[in-house]
Amino acid sequence: MNPLLSVENLSLEFRTRSGIVRALENVSLQLPEGGSLGLVGESGSGKSVLSFAVLGIQDAAAKITGGAIRFAGNDLLADGGSAMKNMRGRELAMIFQNPRVALNPIRQVGQQIEDVLLRHTALRGAAARARAIECLSDVRIPDPERRYTAYPFELSGGMCQRVMIAIALACKPRLLIADEPTTGLDVTTQAAIMRLIRDLGREKGMATLLITHDLGLARDFCDNIAVMHAGHIVEVGATETLFRVPAHPYTAQLVRATPVGQERLEALASIPGNLPDLRRSDLPPCRFSERCELRSATCATPLPTLTASAGHVVACHHPQARTSS
Amino acid sequence: MISTILKRLLGAIPNLIGVVVVTFLLTRALPGDPAAFFAGASGTAEAVEEIRKKLGLDKSLPEQFIVYVRDLARGDWGMSHATGQSVLTELTTRLPASLELTLAALFLAVIVAIPLGILAATRPGSWIDHLCRGIATAGVSLPTFFTGLLLAYVFYFLLGWAPAPLGRLDPYLSAPAQVTGFYLIDSLIARDFAVFVGALKQLILPTVTLALFVLAPLARMTRASMLGVLSADFIRTARASGLAPRTVLFTYAFRNALLPVMTTLGMVFSFLLGSNVLVEKVFAWPGIGSFAIEALVASDYAPVQGFVLSMALLYVLLNLSIDIAYGFVDPRMKIEN
Amino acid sequence: MTSVWQKRLQTLRYVVGENPLSLAAFLLFAAFVLLALVGPSIAPFDALASNVGAPLSPPSLAHWFGTDSLGRDILSRVIIATRLDLGIAVAAVGISCILGGLAGAFAGYFGGWTDRIVGRLSDTIMAFPLFVLAMGIVAALGNTVANIVIATAVINLPFYIRVARAESSVLRNAGFVEAARLAGNSEVRLLFHHIIPNILPPMTVQISLNMGWAILNAAGLSFIGLGVRPPAAEWGIMVAEGAQYIVSGEWWIALFPGAVLMLAVFCFNLLGDSLRDLVDPRRRT
Repeated sequence: MNPLLSVENLSLEFRTRSGIVRALENVSLQLPEGGSLGLVGESGSGKSVLSFAVLGIQDAAAKITGGAIRFAGNDLLADGGSAMKNMRGRELAMIFQNPRVALNPIRQVGQQIEDVLLRHTALRGAAARARAIECLSDVRIPDPERRYTAYPFELSGGMCQRVMIAIALACKPRLLIADEPTTGLDVTTQAAIMRLIRDLGREKGMATLLITHDLGLARDFCDNIAVMHAGHIVEVGATETLFRVPAHPYTAQLVRATPVGQERLEALASIPGNLPDLRRSDLPPCRFSERCELRSATCATPLPTLTASAGHVVACHHPQARTSS
Repeated sequence: MISTILKRLLGAIPNLIGVVVVTFLLTRALPGDPAAFFAGASGTAEAVEEIRKKLGLDKSLPEQFIVYVRDLARGDWGMSHATGQSVLTELTTRLPASLELTLAALFLAVIVAIPLGILAATRPGSWIDHLCRGIATAGVSLPTFFTGLLLAYVFYFLLGWAPAPLGRLDPYLSAPAQVTGFYLIDSLIARDFAVFVGALKQLILPTVTLALFVLAPLARMTRASMLGVLSADFIRTARASGLAPRTVLFTYAFRNALLPVMTTLGMVFSFLLGSNVLVEKVFAWPGIGSFAIEALVASDYAPVQGFVLSMALLYVLLNLSIDIAYGFVDPRMKIEN
Repeated sequence: MTSVWQKRLQTLRYVVGENPLSLAAFLLFAAFVLLALVGPSIAPFDALASNVGAPLSPPSLAHWFGTDSLGRDILSRVIIATRLDLGIAVAAVGISCILGGLAGAFAGYFGGWTDRIVGRLSDTIMAFPLFVLAMGIVAALGNTVANIVIATAVINLPFYIRVARAESSVLRNAGFVEAARLAGNSEVRLLFHHIIPNILPPMTVQISLNMGWAILNAAGLSFIGLGVRPPAAEWGIMVAEGAQYIVSGEWWIALFPGAVLMLAVFCFNLLGDSLRDLVDPRRRT
């Protein structure tokens, strides 16, 4: 079966004054219809850049230098991304972090939903308004008729995130990209928002790509997890497998740094070192090697792609699980 | 909404009081003895004393202030020695000329500066961006009185495209019947198109001169605030929901970018009303600015003070309307304050 | 400390590299300062003497900028005027910066009624169209150069008050000030030793941004016949003297002083922008 979303060997760079930033290099991932994939990595690892590229809203300075993005069989990069134009917001939608600033501050939230409906559907006038109110009630916002006329500053962060989800789901997309959807929310609201995203995804048979730096969140939420480091996807696998037998040293360290249940803080490991500067011209093939305990001379040779088990793939010379190439 | 407007009106009162107090203090700071001044060179000591009593200068300062405010409220703004008319009458008959010029310049500046700023912000690093930055720095460096002269020299003397820089209307045409006091509008009401064209021709050069000067801060602010808004999170959301680029640019970005531009409008008006005086002198424009300059040169102080006060009142009024308009554009203003 | 300066130098190189105009502006600024200092000794003719050439003669080898209606050499007058024009602006901005800076620093640091009084003063000045207020002040105080300086200083006050007030109200609660306070320093000492020195960089930027505007205002006042009296040479009044001749074709009388005035203001504005980029790169626009 063809996956709903498939990113194939995507490379992307930023041309800046201070040099070329190779933000993504040979990135590949797949997401089946109705599935959920967690894209996990430190901030700066390229998760958001990847998701923006999928939607075609990357920065003007970003240049896709190779690879392909396919959505339901369509090549999204074809014709300079014009195939994307009519699907963005209708077939693929995205929600962002810090919902209070991610909504237009001087437009009523109901109108912001309506803007999307007017763009993508044939609904007009009262029908569009009625549908917008329905969208608000879909995301469990109480008293949606009254909330329609509210401005973002009149709502709590959690409410704003619900509004943003309502905007994203207004046209019943097949894929929702959630970029750190709980960042900037109260702890108590975070769980409610994640539950809402999961429930709506199941109700509507919608695939979800969750972007987060929090491996724990991805574990609770996703069938599969892809681990990103410095513009590379270093490991992909089923959530349960990845936690049980992490193959990449970076994943292993991330897992050790992720609390399970009520561990004491001291028991959690931290990962030494920082992401390498992606402007460097002498980046090693494995961008983790400079932080890696298992580093050896072979790490300077091109990275292999090894399979540990079905669907569990790792890009490392020294995988910690048994693999075959 | 009405309560918001009322609140703004109340907020303008301290400024109003400040303006009246300062103009009062300025009248008391006249060089030498005002009474001796008003009595003239031939005034005897007795006459000076009489005038002092008449002007209330023998009273204490607070008493004088109360008299001053009472006179202002009654419409007694003093007399112009040069014309023998009441200052208030002089100012009100000349105000339309100044307002027509100022508003025309503001209109021109806005319709040029805002598109320019938007274009520059949407194409950073392009030639239009550099043009915008150049205009922003060069524009505020222009001495309006000098650019006015230069324009008059080029377009009147060299090219002959513009009429002589002398007033609002060619002397062979007669002013339209007064309705608004704006020649452009009054001539249209009177259906006198020759006068309309004549008035428009006279208006163009001074308007361009003034507009060039205030264009710069407007374009600069539009560009900066548009750049800021375009990189805001909510614009990314709008683009991610696939909204048409036009909707993103105007409904989402521009309306938000307008807010800081509106706050700079106050400063723009300050520039505009100040430069207006200079431009009126250059183009012999019969507004309150050239009236004030004539009075200044003749050491006729009552009209000058009337002029300062009326300009300040006008400015307070303009700022008030900006505030009120701001409240309409930005829903957040209803709750704050 | 060295690394800070190295960084500054790097930024300076970057700003100049980005915008070669700022280098030109800096050279121009140096030229204006030089003219103001040694102007009288390099002017080819006596700037006040009539009939050093034929009246109203256009630019020539003898009189590069031509002569005016009294036969005075315009080049010499433009050179001489530099000192007066820059002098008025520097004096006005200096007064304004010191008084406004102190008032703003006190207001921001102590808050309360000090803040309310200073704020009201600043708001009241800003309630006037500034050039009009300057006209009113000169008219009331008397038509002299000193009063032009005072008027220009007054209308500049709110800008310095605002900058100093904002900075000092933030610095008041900064860690190093808190530490000095706990160490037993008096409030006044804190203000003068810790707050005010840290307000200086943004104040410098404000000075360079306002200088051009101050020159424009002073020249504008003398253009309408306030302050500087003939036969003194000053750019604004020279443009006014040339105004009546420009519509009959004698362009040079007004053009040269006007162009030099424009150049001076442009140079200060460019310099102000570059300096702002240097001190606060975030506000680069």
